[in-house]
Amino acid sequence: MTLVSITGLDVGYLRRRQVHPAVTGLDLNVAPGEVVAIVGESGSGKTTTANALIGLLPAGGRITAGSAIIDGVETAGAGERTLRRLRGSVVGLIPQDPMVGLNPTQRVGHQVAEAVTLRGVAKPAAYAEAITFLEQAGVPDPELRARQYPHELSGGLRQRALIAIALAGRPKLIIADEPTSALDVTVQKRILDHLGGLVRDRGIALLIITHDLAVAADRADRVVVMRHGRKVEEGDPRAILRDPAQAYTRTLIAAAPRLAHGGRVVPRFDVRDQPQPAPILTLTGVGKTFGTFRALDDVSVTVPRGRTHALVGESGCGKTTTLRIALGLESATSGSVVLDGTETADLSWRAFRPLRRKAQLVHQDPFATLDPKFTVGQSITEPLQSFRVGTRRSRQARARELLDQVALPVSYLDRLPSELSGGQRQRVAIARALALEPDLIMLDEPVSALDVLVQEQILGLLADLQRDLGLSYLFVSHDLAVVASLAHTVSVMNGGRVVEDGPVATVFTNPASEYTRELIDAIPGRRADAL
Amino acid sequence: MTRYVVGRVLQAAVVLWAAYTLTFAILYLLPSDPMQLQLAAAGVQEDSLTPEQLAGMKAAFGLDRSVGAQYWHHLTGVLHGDFGISLTTRQPVTDLIGARIGPTLQLSAAAAVTALLFGSVLAYLATFVRLGPLRVLLTRLPAVGASFPQFFIALFLIQFFSFQLGWFPATGTEGIAALVMPVLTIAVLASSVLAQVLIKSFDETLRQPYIVTARAKGLSRSAVHLKHALRNAALPAMTLLGVIIGTAVTSSIVTETVFTREGVGRLAQEAVLSQDVPVVLAVVTLAATVFVLVNLIVDLLYPLLDPRITAGEGTLL
Amino acid sequence: MTAQVVEPVVVDAPTETREISGLRATTAQLIRRPLFLIAAAWVAFVLISAFRPGWFTGYDPYATDPAAAMLPPGADHLFGTDIYGRDLWSRVLHGSALTIRATLIALGIAGVAGLGLGIVSGFFAGITDSILMRFVDVLLAIPGLLLALSIVTALGYGTLPVAVAVGVGIVPGFARTTRAEVLRVKTLPYVEAARAGGASWARVLLRHILPNAWGPVAVLAVLDAGVAIIAIASLSFLGFGAAPPAAEWGTLIADGRNYLITSWWLSLLPGVFVALLVLSLNHLSKTFQELSR
Repeated sequence: MTLVSITGLDVGYLRRRQVHPAVTGLDLNVAPGEVVAIVGESGSGKTTTANALIGLLPAGGRITAGSAIIDGVETAGAGERTLRRLRGSVVGLIPQDPMVGLNPTQRVGHQVAEAVTLRGVAKPAAYAEAITFLEQAGVPDPELRARQYPHELSGGLRQRALIAIALAGRPKLIIADEPTSALDVTVQKRILDHLGGLVRDRGIALLIITHDLAVAADRADRVVVMRHGRKVEEGDPRAILRDPAQAYTRTLIAAAPRLAHGGRVVPRFDVRDQPQPAPILTLTGVGKTFGTFRALDDVSVTVPRGRTHALVGESGCGKTTTLRIALGLESATSGSVVLDGTETADLSWRAFRPLRRKAQLVHQDPFATLDPKFTVGQSITEPLQSFRVGTRRSRQARARELLDQVALPVSYLDRLPSELSGGQRQRVAIARALALEPDLIMLDEPVSALDVLVQEQILGLLADLQRDLGLSYLFVSHDLAVVASLAHTVSVMNGGRVVEDGPVATVFTNPASEYTRELIDAIPGRRADAL
Repeated sequence: MTRYVVGRVLQAAVVLWAAYTLTFAILYLLPSDPMQLQLAAAGVQEDSLTPEQLAGMKAAFGLDRSVGAQYWHHLTGVLHGDFGISLTTRQPVTDLIGARIGPTLQLSAAAAVTALLFGSVLAYLATFVRLGPLRVLLTRLPAVGASFPQFFIALFLIQFFSFQLGWFPATGTEGIAALVMPVLTIAVLASSVLAQVLIKSFDETLRQPYIVTARAKGLSRSAVHLKHALRNAALPAMTLLGVIIGTAVTSSIVTETVFTREGVGRLAQEAVLSQDVPVVLAVVTLAATVFVLVNLIVDLLYPLLDPRITAGEGTLL
Repeated sequence: MTAQVVEPVVVDAPTETREISGLRATTAQLIRRPLFLIAAAWVAFVLISAFRPGWFTGYDPYATDPAAAMLPPGADHLFGTDIYGRDLWSRVLHGSALTIRATLIALGIAGVAGLGLGIVSGFFAGITDSILMRFVDVLLAIPGLLLALSIVTALGYGTLPVAVAVGVGIVPGFARTTRAEVLRVKTLPYVEAARAGGASWARVLLRHILPNAWGPVAVLAVLDAGVAIIAIASLSFLGFGAAPPAAEWGTLIADGRNYLITSWWLSLLPGVFVALLVLSLNHLSKTFQELSR
């Protein structure tokens, strides 16, 4: 007896009177109480599959072939009336981003109770039940939270409220679409642990949609790997990790740091027994307050020449503010910043300008980091123009050289950002940062918006450039796995303070603080241990 | 909370004062001399008057004093409800407006209510209907409504409902029947403006992830539309209330002229034609007051309707 | 110098899609929209007729012909004739000259003042911004048509005062949109990247902020052209426009209203002419907006 039985499912989106396939020939079964994870990169069709299951394909999306039987009801070609009966009571949904998943103008308790009343429960009883569901979802003080509006709740609590809504319909299957990727790692782990317990206790089947093979492997009974709308591989996570049948799955495993090394986070570099080179950048006792909010408190960071120093921590820990102060984009309230022997903390923009040739920036968001009106060539040569380096011809030659360094074809010089993929844009941003031959590049979450495999390539490129050009990096990231594969030394930040610092090899294998230990513990991929 | 209310009220008062001052400056400081404008409008050659006569007339209208003194005199008058004396009829401006404000208030209020009703219903339907062609039609309708000059709509209504069908009188101030076509004239434009903004707001709201959450609960489309989309879509459009009422008030100028209604709008048109500066100033000040008051009320109500905004966050001047 | 623990993973570049974009694609998209083409053609026709009315009509707009008075629309007289036997089509086209010029002047004023205020306000922020935006608030507190009426009262009648009055009325909207766009673009990462790359504020403003802020402002300008046309027509309808026998659109419609019972075309046809133009401008503006998204 299966709960979900999908055979030969084709889903496509209608655009300009043409159907663009998003899912092709998918077969998938989910048994009652089973936890299944669909893993894939963006464009793999995993989210489309989830939407099709709950009958909420976006405008233009339609099932073009095959069948999807849920709890004995055929949903392919079914009308709104049939699908509505399934939603909530048979299939519950935990949406992707908790920050925007709740109606901002309705009290949380009311939103949970609404899902209860749809089962036919009278209003007062439904509200009482809603509070129980909030409690079950792990919301502390549920009576108070039920009376509040979503904006009064943290992201983690909002996600728990959304879980309560999904539970409230007493469904047989819950679909969790990247349920926690918008949350900090430690919160993410606690919520996924809790959700796993909830569904197991109640015998609810769970379908996890994720881009992270490690998350899938940790939590699912069965993993389904998808690519370009097709199923690549399916099976028990242990079996897949041990012996992947497909090359694509192997590359995914290789790109997930913890999976690749049997459940351990192994730093790429070990500098424990090497002398530390002279620093290129030193921040000493830096403080920063915004109004009454203390964003940074006595932060000291050193970037050794020719190496990568990482600032790692969860959102709001002050890592980005530290980077912006180091780059002179923000001024420190107190403390000193020494860049290549020059004190910069109190410099005006004009006085700082010559130093900009030494330190450059690569921004997080590949879609906003390039001016949409500038060609690749114009973007790359802009710093040269700003500093009046060379002639038009020599700048063009330099642009070609830079494109070559970041492994993009020279023909890309005349392209606009809209013609490039995320990874390509990030390469262009790196080329632009290299144009002035800086000693130090500040990397602000340079790969967090990219797919795993593209991430891997960009990190590889950064490592190569460092080796070939002797660059130093100050690298900001929330992702410890990424830090492990790029950085030599690290500062772990929390609440505007540096909690711990030292060589990555020391901090990651033998963390001194409880907080660091918690962060490392939250990196998915534990299951690989058992191999 | 009290601080917020007091701050908003003060801000509104300052804006109103500044708007009055600006209008005064336009009317009194621009190159033309109100006295000459007045004489020219009356067909009197300035040369034909003796200097004494001229000075006497200027004194009678308070035009012999410096602009600063005139401004001060006028402003203190306005604060006591005295807008000076009309240059053409020699009556107090306050009386002139008082005698004609009734029909205009009737018209503006009826038009604003009609526009709110039409606009909201249209936007609600346009975003709810799923039948493709009907949806396109409803979505495009407001743009069409906003493209016709109001006087053209008025003339069209007269041609059709008065001359062809004989349902409503083409002109006049008395009775409900005489109000129907002027109200329609204004409501076409005002409801189009409202519907355009509301449709956009609805579309944006319906794309929000919390709508998916609501639908995934198993709510029907109509329940999602009514319980989750409506309030979130209508909130940003609240700020448009001032514009709607402002449109209703200013539209009375053209509308009353076409339908020959004895209201303030027509008074304004006549005043501009005869360059009766005090009357123009009074009408502009009145309209600005309405506009500023409506916006003030919206601002004060907004924190009560949107839980995300607490009164304390309101910025002061 | 460092101990390489792990070999870097080498992966084939995933197939990265190339979107077709740029001018050619935009043009291709536009051509597939028949309504857009009709609207663009109508706007172009009216614009040309405003400067060369003779190309589209053989009649003198002022030549009276009592024998041909009050003729209904037909093959000879496309829009019919008025009580003096003047050809209405010709009068509408010659009216274009006045109204379109007034519209361009109004847009010019709104463009220069509104863009100026918006750029300065958005770019310098702080106290300058506060002061300028309070000024804009005050302008907004006076309903547009009434502000225009005050200006007409002060300046007198005619095409130019009407154009100035309408132009001033659109300034605040322009200023607000421009400011919002400048503020939006100013905080984007590529502006920060340019600054970090050593570019001066002047360069950032000219090369990055203005080109990228321009889109929504241009969309608004097209939309406001329609608003201005209606406002100018309204003011001339109220009797504040050019002196007879020259006739703007609003005046033509106003003149015809006394003959609504017998000769409906005198008012309604010029009205439809104007409405089609405004509707076309609205549609163009909406299409540009959709494409830029």
